[in-house]
Amino acid sequence: MERLTQNTWFAVLVVVSAIILIWYGFSIQLNMPWQRGVYARAGEDGVPLLQLLSDLWSQQRPVLPAPHQVAVEFWNSVFLANPSTPRSLIFHAWITLSATGLGFLFGTLLGIFLAVLIVHNRAVDRSLMPWVIASQTIPILAIAPMVVVVLNSVGLTGLIPKALISTYLSFFPVVVGMVKGFRSPDALQLDLMRTYSASGAQMFWKLRWPSALPFLFTSMKVGVAASLVGAIVGELPTGAAGGLGSRLLAGSYYGQTTQIWAALFMAAALSAALIFAISAVQKLTQKAMGAPA
Amino acid sequence: MNSGWIIFAVLFWIAAWGINALLVRIRVSNSQSAMAINLAVPVLFGITLLVLWEGLVRGFNVPQVLLPAPSVIWERILLSIPNPLWPDFQQTFLKSVLTGYAMGCSAAFVVAIAIDRSPFLKRGLLPVGNFVSALPLVGIAPIMVMWFGFDWQSKAAVVVVMTFFPMLVNTVAGLNATGQMEKDLMRTYAAGYWQTLVKLRLPMAWPFIFNALKINSTLALIGAIVAEFFGTPVVGMGFRISAAIGRLQVDMVWAEIALAALAGSLFYGLIALIERAVTFWHPSVRGGR
Repeated sequence: MERLTQNTWFAVLVVVSAIILIWYGFSIQLNMPWQRGVYARAGEDGVPLLQLLSDLWSQQRPVLPAPHQVAVEFWNSVFLANPSTPRSLIFHAWITLSATGLGFLFGTLLGIFLAVLIVHNRAVDRSLMPWVIASQTIPILAIAPMVVVVLNSVGLTGLIPKALISTYLSFFPVVVGMVKGFRSPDALQLDLMRTYSASGAQMFWKLRWPSALPFLFTSMKVGVAASLVGAIVGELPTGAAGGLGSRLLAGSYYGQTTQIWAALFMAAALSAALIFAISAVQKLTQKAMGAPA
Repeated sequence: MNSGWIIFAVLFWIAAWGINALLVRIRVSNSQSAMAINLAVPVLFGITLLVLWEGLVRGFNVPQVLLPAPSVIWERILLSIPNPLWPDFQQTFLKSVLTGYAMGCSAAFVVAIAIDRSPFLKRGLLPVGNFVSALPLVGIAPIMVMWFGFDWQSKAAVVVVMTFFPMLVNTVAGLNATGQMEKDLMRTYAAGYWQTLVKLRLPMAWPFIFNALKINSTLALIGAIVAEFFGTPVVGMGFRISAAIGRLQVDMVWAEIALAALAGSLFYGLIALIERAVTFWHPSVRGGR
């Protein structure tokens, strides 16, 4: 028992099951008023508990669907639906994922580029850095739908507008992390490179870049989560064009709560998978660079 | 095409760049003038951006629908401060954002202190909290609108959920930041749990907590505005943005963006100021002087 309570996985399991239990409790309480109304109209009295529960959990548009309803909807729309039709969550997830990936790639490259400029030029550092930070206090996510609509009206449609929003959200963590990373070699190491009479490019590729890599991966994990959010919000106004965001909006229009929750879980799974993928690349890179396993 | 504007903008850019490059090289011993230079460099850069924007928009005759010039946006802001900017600000910022922010952050703070006493809960909740704070939580906006109705309460609920988890994770991390030596010292003073908490562990946790408060200040604004896209009374910054897009009144949209940016920056700045006052002892604050 002692060892069991020390185990992190066990603790997480307990917490997750507690959350699911609480969820069931709320789903009963929140859906009850509607069910009462149904019974009152049908003139039924004293419905047995099992009947009541099964009725509660088979409502078409529950206020809060029970976890197993969401799981069934998730299963149906991921594994049973044809992935090339808009009924499938895979279809929507793929649209969102491609916008996220493109935006994330742009954002990371832009972030690294800006960080290189900032580290190598004092004027850029002093004038750009405060604005990079200020740029993040602008709630860009809030105007994301507008950016998409305006870009659509000049003929830029499809992936690019959403990807631009993802770029804007993901470049910031990369800039901040990489500036820190490029500056992480201390004076001793820089001096050593100088005694080897290393050129600027050599100094960058052989000292600064390798020591900045751990920072790059950490900030990429933050950035990829941000770009997923950006892509989803960017899809809100595009309506029929597809993507998890438009699925959310459609669900909200038609009161399909189960569909909204399933889309949310898909987004969660995507976000977790992306972060996991970056961790895997990080481990591989560290191994290739000779870090202790 | 109006090449005069373009040439002016580019010349201004080059001149500002030169001045900045000079300013950065100046070495001053006087701390006051050093601060003035530190302020002048980014301000000059910002002005340059605005001039470039104005010059390029005018020079290339960019249609207003695509990108209005800063001067046009400024006129629109001045015209519409009494209506609709101020009512929108009241609805979105004063009601939804501030209420949700205060509720979410204080709830997370209380929960963090509660689970801090149980190492088991901490081990279980932290990975879950970390996972949830990486999720696209704005997605719950349609659900909250269904539950709490169209008015500001549903927006505040979205803000509560969005601010809760970053605050929880950071507060727990901050409470763990106290070293064993300091805790032992408190024990030799025969300090109780609450005394240790208030006099040692909370002060050590302030930098983490303020970090979360700063992250949350922008998250809260985003949450409130995005939630308004899913249904709202006919007032609010998110409503105005989506309505103005529909009519292609792009200058109105940009006026709201400017308002949101200003509110977001001031909110962030206010929290940063409070942080400086509360954690005056922290190396990152002392080192800044």
